[in-house]
Amino acid sequence: MKIPYYPGCSLKTTARNLEVSALASASTLGIEMVEIPRWNCCGTVFSLTSDDLMHHVAPVRNLVRVQEMNRQGIVDNEYRLLTLCSMCFNTMKGSALRVADNPDDLDKINNFMDREEDYEGNVEVVHLMEILREMGFDKIGEAVTNPLGDLKIAPYYGCMLLRPKEIGIDDPEDPTIGADLFRALGAEIVDNPYKKVCCGAYHTVADKNLVIDLAYSILSQADKAGAEAITTSCPLCAFNLDARQKEIAEKYPEFKTMPVFYFTQLMALAFGLGEDKCMFEGNYVDPRPLLRAKALLKEGS
Amino acid sequence: MINKLVITSKNEEFLRRIVELSGETITVCEQCGTCSGGCPLVLEMDVTPAEMMRMVQLGQEEVAETRTIWLCASCFSCTVKCPRGLDPSKVAEALRQLSLRKAIDHIDIMNIPADEMDKLPQIALVSAFRKLTG
Repeated sequence: MKIPYYPGCSLKTTARNLEVSALASASTLGIEMVEIPRWNCCGTVFSLTSDDLMHHVAPVRNLVRVQEMNRQGIVDNEYRLLTLCSMCFNTMKGSALRVADNPDDLDKINNFMDREEDYEGNVEVVHLMEILREMGFDKIGEAVTNPLGDLKIAPYYGCMLLRPKEIGIDDPEDPTIGADLFRALGAEIVDNPYKKVCCGAYHTVADKNLVIDLAYSILSQADKAGAEAITTSCPLCAFNLDARQKEIAEKYPEFKTMPVFYFTQLMALAFGLGEDKCMFEGNYVDPRPLLRAKALLKEGS
Repeated sequence: MINKLVITSKNEEFLRRIVELSGETITVCEQCGTCSGGCPLVLEMDVTPAEMMRMVQLGQEEVAETRTIWLCASCFSCTVKCPRGLDPSKVAEALRQLSLRKAIDHIDIMNIPADEMDKLPQIALVSAFRKLTG
């Protein structure tokens, strides 16, 4: 399967560990992710006011690139656009739905993008987890050479993969897609009641105490439920839940640090792809001591 | 003593403006409070999301001065729970836009400490500037 892929800004910088592990894991499963040419920032947040079309221009420009790739034969009749970052997924899918449902809005945006070809409204924005579910988690399980054994994982979904309903990839109240994936990788699943709770998102910039408290609740509840690590697919959740653990520990002395994995890092690990593809050195809380203790990584690595 | 609330044409105009900006039929909110119950930031708020909806219904412009509208991070927890199918996060966004469209920023970028600027990922900065500056 050859599919257009939109990385977004974080995957080239702070979330390299998400991109590298995703590309390698997808390749193992026979998915070739082809980066779209001349992509631009999606805007990170979906514009919610009824009259604001300007902020849909950036996502729609990325959708035009998918049309071009099909016309140029880079992909063959593949109008799905694959994303990894939850925020890019949410923002671009939201814009794609808005212009598909509102032809007048699409006309205005097409007229405004004078030097672009018209967007025809037929690109479907998808998240890698959806492609994995479509392939079947049984099949994913067949690629596992290093089963995650008794590693106790609490899948964390956050907001942007689940809500609002028309955008989300799973039941917004009772998601299971993460648990299904990690179970296929051989991990033990722990249910965290805070799996859908917002991490505080962009408040990390101007009001980080809010984020520290929310991240503390999410992580300490996962710990209480018996988890050894949590997972995410969002580089902003990763920053708030992983990099902010230093500040959480300063505020809450009894707090125990907990590794935060990108879902793709656990795939790369279970597929036996090597540490250069897992990129655990990119995580703030180093997960390698835990993985060595579980004999999932070799001693001394 | 009887307290009587008088809805003026100014109140009605404010409600109409927020209905238009948010695209939400705010008048159908029946004040059940489910949005407030599911909000991860409600404890930090000065008015709850349900109170925010009620203030807009009554056209009370002071709702635009609350901490609540800036604390809402558009996580859509309320959106998926509302039994009337309303989206309070769109209402909060409309209320923020009243200020931001006058170029009144909610945060001062110059006040972000230099060591924080060094470590904050761009996904955080872009989203914060999109939501909190005009």
